[in-house]
Amino acid sequence: MFKLWITIKKDVRILLRDRIGIALMFLMPIVLVVVVTSIQNSTFQLVNKNKIPAVVFNLDTGKSGGQLIKDIDKIGLFKVLTLKGSNADSLTHYMDKTDAMLGIIIPNNYSQQVLAKAASSADKAMAEFNGSSDSLSTPTPTIDAFSVYYNPVLQQSLRFSIQGAIQSAMQLVESRQTLRTLYYNTNEKEMPEALEKEMLSADTRINMIAASKDGTHNTPNAAQHNVPAWTIFAMFFVIMSLGGSVVREKVSGSFIRLKTLPTNYAVGIISKQLTYLVVTLLQAAVIFSMGIWLFPVIGLPALNIPNDIFGTFVVTVVCGWCAVSYAICVGVFASTHEQSNGFGAISIVILACIGGLMVPSFAMQGLAKTLASFSPMHWCLEAYYNLFLEGAQLKDILNNILSILLITGAFQLLTYVGLKRKNLI
Amino acid sequence: MSDWAVSIENLGFRYPGNDYVSFSGLNLQVAKGERFGLFGPNGAGKTTLMNLMTGVLKADTGSVRLSGKDVNTSDKAANRLFGFVPQDFSFYHELSPAENLEFFGAWAGLNKAQIAQRTDELLNILGLEDVRNKAVDKFSGGMKRRVNLAIGVIHSPEIIFLDEPTVGVDVHTRHAIMDYLQMLNNNGTTLIYTSHQLSEAEDLCKHIAFIDAGKIIAEGDIETVLLQHRHETLEELFINLTGKALRD
Repeated sequence: MFKLWITIKKDVRILLRDRIGIALMFLMPIVLVVVVTSIQNSTFQLVNKNKIPAVVFNLDTGKSGGQLIKDIDKIGLFKVLTLKGSNADSLTHYMDKTDAMLGIIIPNNYSQQVLAKAASSADKAMAEFNGSSDSLSTPTPTIDAFSVYYNPVLQQSLRFSIQGAIQSAMQLVESRQTLRTLYYNTNEKEMPEALEKEMLSADTRINMIAASKDGTHNTPNAAQHNVPAWTIFAMFFVIMSLGGSVVREKVSGSFIRLKTLPTNYAVGIISKQLTYLVVTLLQAAVIFSMGIWLFPVIGLPALNIPNDIFGTFVVTVVCGWCAVSYAICVGVFASTHEQSNGFGAISIVILACIGGLMVPSFAMQGLAKTLASFSPMHWCLEAYYNLFLEGAQLKDILNNILSILLITGAFQLLTYVGLKRKNLI
Repeated sequence: MSDWAVSIENLGFRYPGNDYVSFSGLNLQVAKGERFGLFGPNGAGKTTLMNLMTGVLKADTGSVRLSGKDVNTSDKAANRLFGFVPQDFSFYHELSPAENLEFFGAWAGLNKAQIAQRTDELLNILGLEDVRNKAVDKFSGGMKRRVNLAIGVIHSPEIIFLDEPTVGVDVHTRHAIMDYLQMLNNNGTTLIYTSHQLSEAEDLCKHIAFIDAGKIIAEGDIETVLLQHRHETLEELFINLTGKALRD
């Protein structure tokens, strides 16, 4: 134990005197988490809080165009801005000017076409009612297609949702008109407003419930994603200091002397693991603290700490150990400082990409999704997501922790093989 | 108990992936308490032999024993017996001499009290007391050589391997190092020494061996070897044995 303690003291001293290494391990992730969270915050707000800005040109001279605008507005998904204009060029100009994501042109004969279709449908219904058998074969007047312009940044899934929402508003306009015509043809008077409302409004409600494990509803915001994600990235980025430290020790003369002393180099490896594990815990403490206390001050959403603090600590320790094991493994196999730093930095960025730190893994498809399983960062992030967003307890994330431990075990085994092969232990 | 500090029998070694055989069937003995000099031109195999004797490299065939203990056993029993002062500065440049001695002392098997005592002694003897807490990377070459030596002897080993311990130092530092090595030898420590400073070696060594191309080409008591080859100095003998062609 004395040897291990003295070795840890040595590693801590060297680490504290490596100011560039400390800056890389602490300042770089702090800057990254603030910058990336700030940038992503606007995107998260667009999805979670803000309505989608939509510019509408209503060329319709009848009532249906105005009704459609009201119905689109009632959906609650859009912030409708009705402007005067007549063609696609001026619409896209306005979209650009007002930062609108959507542009809709309601054709000038929309009301006429809706009325014609409603009259045709009502006539068919009456004919069916009176026993006429060939009424359905009569062609129904069609309504011209709408052109909906969108900002190319809108993702396909969101575009489908928008299309569905607009179509439901159109359906409502057409159904209302058909119902009115049918009522008039039957009763020869206008349909009472209350009845129309009753017939058209859906009574089946949808209760939206977050599928969290503790029943809480933490809305995913930029902080909830970026703080855990960049904490994991920072942990793995210790490779720049630790991998280099292993290589430096190996290629420097000091290693020759270490090999001649009656102490196994495994003591040196264990010391580095413990020292840098503490570094990763400090990184997590610093970045989480920023998320909790600094983010609200600078106008970013605060990080909501999970209920299971112990579970969060366990995940942080396991992630840190995995990161440290990876760094040492790379350091053992690298022959030069350049190899360790170059491979280390590139591999961390790749693992972060495929692990879902930069693009959430639930948005991945096919091969990318399969590859994500091979990134230790993916399992680390999944464990944090479960804790931060789904209110999971430690028992709920044991599978994630086991996956991280398996990968860590693989790194440790590789390190042992590397040290043995190079006659270092 | 073996009378030999170092006993090499039938040693064979080739660097992995290299067709060139560094040593084949090499035998060498160094008596306890000896001041033994190992000489040869560049590339002769001095440092390789030193690394084989200290267990840094593992022999393909044969054995290397230090005071009767094999250097390549897993329990590292032989490693407690010797100290190694490599040619390169073999310490942590970010640390001070005291911090380096604390770390390497612990790895050599000393306890806290022993480390403290030996650190005070060595820094005092080698003139490093005033800079004991300053980072070594600011030191001159001579000071670094003394730190290198101090670390190699902190655990008071029976045998010390010195690979060019005075290369690149000034006269004062060379004298300080040589005087200290003489003092250690007077107290019974065996010195195994390599250098290109043959005049310095004449002062220090009692027993010598010349190696070239992995073979011992002359060996024995320094006066006897010079007499046998009819030379007055080691430098003349060196040229005579190894020729004048430049070596890489």
